[in-house]
Amino acid sequence: MTTVAGIPGAVALEKLDTRSWKTPVALGVFALGAVVLFLGLPRDGQADFQFSQSGDFFSIPDLIFTATPVCIGLAFACVLLAAGSFALVWFKRLTPLWYIGIFAALFLVGFLAWAAAGLRPLPLTGLLLGSVSLSIPLVFGSLGGVIGERTGVVNVAIEGQLLGGAFTAALVSSVTGSFTAGLFAAAVAGVLIALILGVFAITYIVEQVVVGVVVNVLVLGLTNFGYSTILTVDPEHLNRSATLPALPIPLLSQIPVIGPALFDQSIIVYVAYVAVPAVWYALFRTKWGLRARSVGEHPEAADTVGINVNRTRYLNLVIAGAIVGFGGAYFTIGSVGSFSQNMTGGQGFIALAAVIFGRWDPVRAAMAALLFGFATNLQNSLGILGSPVPSEFLLMLPYLVTVFAVAGLVGRSQAPAADGKPYIK
Amino acid sequence: MTATAAAPGPAQVEMPKDPSRGRQIIRDILGGSVVISILAVVVGLVVGAILIAVTDPGVQAASGYFFDRPGATFAALGDSVGGAYSSLFQGAIYDFGRPDFLSGIAPLMNTLDLATPLILGGLGLALGFRIGLFNIGGQGQTLVGGAVAGWVAWSFPLPFPWGLILSIVAGIVGGAVAGGVVGLLKARTGASEVIVTIMLNYIVFYFISLLLRTPGALQAAGTINPKSPSPPDSARVPDLFGAQFSVTWMFVIAIAATVFFWWLMSRSSLGFKFRAVGENPAAARTAGIGVDSMYIWGMVLSGALVGLVGVNQVLAFTVGGFGSGFDAGIGFNAITVALLGRSRPLGVFLAGLLFGALNSGGYVMQAANDIPIDIVLVVQSIVVLFIAAPPLVRVLFGLPRPGTAPRRRAKAPKAVEAE
Repeated sequence: MTTVAGIPGAVALEKLDTRSWKTPVALGVFALGAVVLFLGLPRDGQADFQFSQSGDFFSIPDLIFTATPVCIGLAFACVLLAAGSFALVWFKRLTPLWYIGIFAALFLVGFLAWAAAGLRPLPLTGLLLGSVSLSIPLVFGSLGGVIGERTGVVNVAIEGQLLGGAFTAALVSSVTGSFTAGLFAAAVAGVLIALILGVFAITYIVEQVVVGVVVNVLVLGLTNFGYSTILTVDPEHLNRSATLPALPIPLLSQIPVIGPALFDQSIIVYVAYVAVPAVWYALFRTKWGLRARSVGEHPEAADTVGINVNRTRYLNLVIAGAIVGFGGAYFTIGSVGSFSQNMTGGQGFIALAAVIFGRWDPVRAAMAALLFGFATNLQNSLGILGSPVPSEFLLMLPYLVTVFAVAGLVGRSQAPAADGKPYIK
Repeated sequence: MTATAAAPGPAQVEMPKDPSRGRQIIRDILGGSVVISILAVVVGLVVGAILIAVTDPGVQAASGYFFDRPGATFAALGDSVGGAYSSLFQGAIYDFGRPDFLSGIAPLMNTLDLATPLILGGLGLALGFRIGLFNIGGQGQTLVGGAVAGWVAWSFPLPFPWGLILSIVAGIVGGAVAGGVVGLLKARTGASEVIVTIMLNYIVFYFISLLLRTPGALQAAGTINPKSPSPPDSARVPDLFGAQFSVTWMFVIAIAATVFFWWLMSRSSLGFKFRAVGENPAAARTAGIGVDSMYIWGMVLSGALVGLVGVNQVLAFTVGGFGSGFDAGIGFNAITVALLGRSRPLGVFLAGLLFGALNSGGYVMQAANDIPIDIVLVVQSIVVLFIAAPPLVRVLFGLPRPGTAPRRRAKAPKAVEAE
């Protein structure tokens, strides 16, 4: 603020310094955790990572090793990497992303080996498959959230949109017998909920978080009511849809480990693969995206150059609603084929967490969604194996990580400038 | 605060100029917040009636021959909606089917019992709203307050009033800490309290679940169920009017909390600072108010009040020990109560009574008329949506805009919410 003209660089450097200490600290905490866990509470026995399953292109033998020495080695590697990160910051260099990636991979392998030691084989394909399945609604939810917040509308109603999409998809595709109709209806439901949000948040400038929370309650009430009065009256015809067929992609689906998990999925999953880069491209490389982001950052300026702020927000909210509602269909016709009360169970809030953890970027948000899905699924898998890790810890992980993220302890989360602020001419 | 405080001022200035002063007053009343609140409730009940009618088999059957005998459709409509709302009333206020007055009034007592946690939670969240803090963490703070209160109750079995008092204080402290953490994070790091409280709801939920299945933590001895021991009798909140009615002394505490809220916000210097920060943090900072410490104390007090909800759930409502879901959605319903009450003590109190009545009546309606209780959620949320958007209600009912308020409402979205 009080920079002397001529040396603005000094101030920028100082800022860079304070910010980048967070990475080594975070790595240090994880490394410390690894040391405590792997050395302090060692677990004996063999860890068995299962790579291949029948039908793969070629098979990779299981990786079987004694857990304790490997875990200790990995813990020391983590400590070294954390120390290296401290050193990098000391010499005023940034810790590169791939460096953090290697750290995360080592920590994860160590953790899995530690948790699965002496238990049944850990099927990596299943782990990945479950992660993708649990992540898909989160990916759609976070994409919708990113679009909304980039244009300045906080969408807490993701939960409601997912739930609404799940309900209508089950009902419509059960009645019509057509998946296309079900998916379309789910998107329409998402749009309708987005319009409620828009009318109150944009037109009547009610606090957006409040509208979101209340809309969630409204959708929960409506779907519960509809479930009890409509779906359960004749569940055979109204709430029993077939599930979307898996469409294996030739060759790709036979790659060991990742093939069955990524390329032997239903159409909703493939749409997610396309949607993430598409939303990124649209937001950052097109005129539409530039306008949308300008409305979210500085609506007055956008208005000055002739962009209709509120119309832009409505449009984007509707698009986001369609995306989230479509994703909600995954809960019913994408996986189990029937609707049950409150079946989204807070996934919309994890998607919101992914938006923030992903720093309002579609690709990062989708990655965060994958990470959260992985954490949830790890809890399932380890629970089946009978691992000592309390399942609650892994379940609360996404939320914990998000709190750290918004508190600025992990990376820097900066929301769009006009996020949550109504625009009044 | 803004609109009510600001409305009389300019209105008085303008009134002498206005030849028809009486008409002006009527305009103000018609467009004012009380009428808006009542109309919002009407809209909610009408939507509920539509849902009931549409899903009622009798109405569906009768509408099949609507053009032959339109009267039959309307009769069926009246039967379903009238029957449902009559059950709602008899389940919430007075049951005419009971032989004597004492048993007839039991539904009203049940309403008071169900309203108690809603009032306490609504007050807690309303306190935050007045400071400009969106505390969505009612669930988490309830869980912490209740778990701490319960743990103290069975860990320190003191004779009657002391065990209970200690547990209540512990519950308040528990909620205050859970809220204070959020305030601290917001003040120190600028983390959005909305996100942090939502996330903490889940963190606390899973943490309590873990403790509930860990022997020696919160789990009852000699069981494998994730359930706590039941608190000793000496730490239970006694019934207010004897065992025949469900309402407990927690209702008196809720009244006391309402008075405390009023005193704090309207008569204390801390409350003045709270309001100043809520109106305009930048101006408050310029005036020398420590905004950051107001955020911390605001969240502490907000959490403390919500902690009492946990006390109510653990020591008054379900006395046989608790599972991880003992907050029963009150943390979220309290948001709607605070909004409906416009974050005013009396408003929150009345809103809590209304939603308590809807819940109490909803159960009877579910049992007698086979209408799912979830309709109460729909009615509640619609009421709150419309309360929050007075211009929309005015458009719907063709009401005049009150003399002064609309411009302010349009300019200050937080004021709309905080009204």
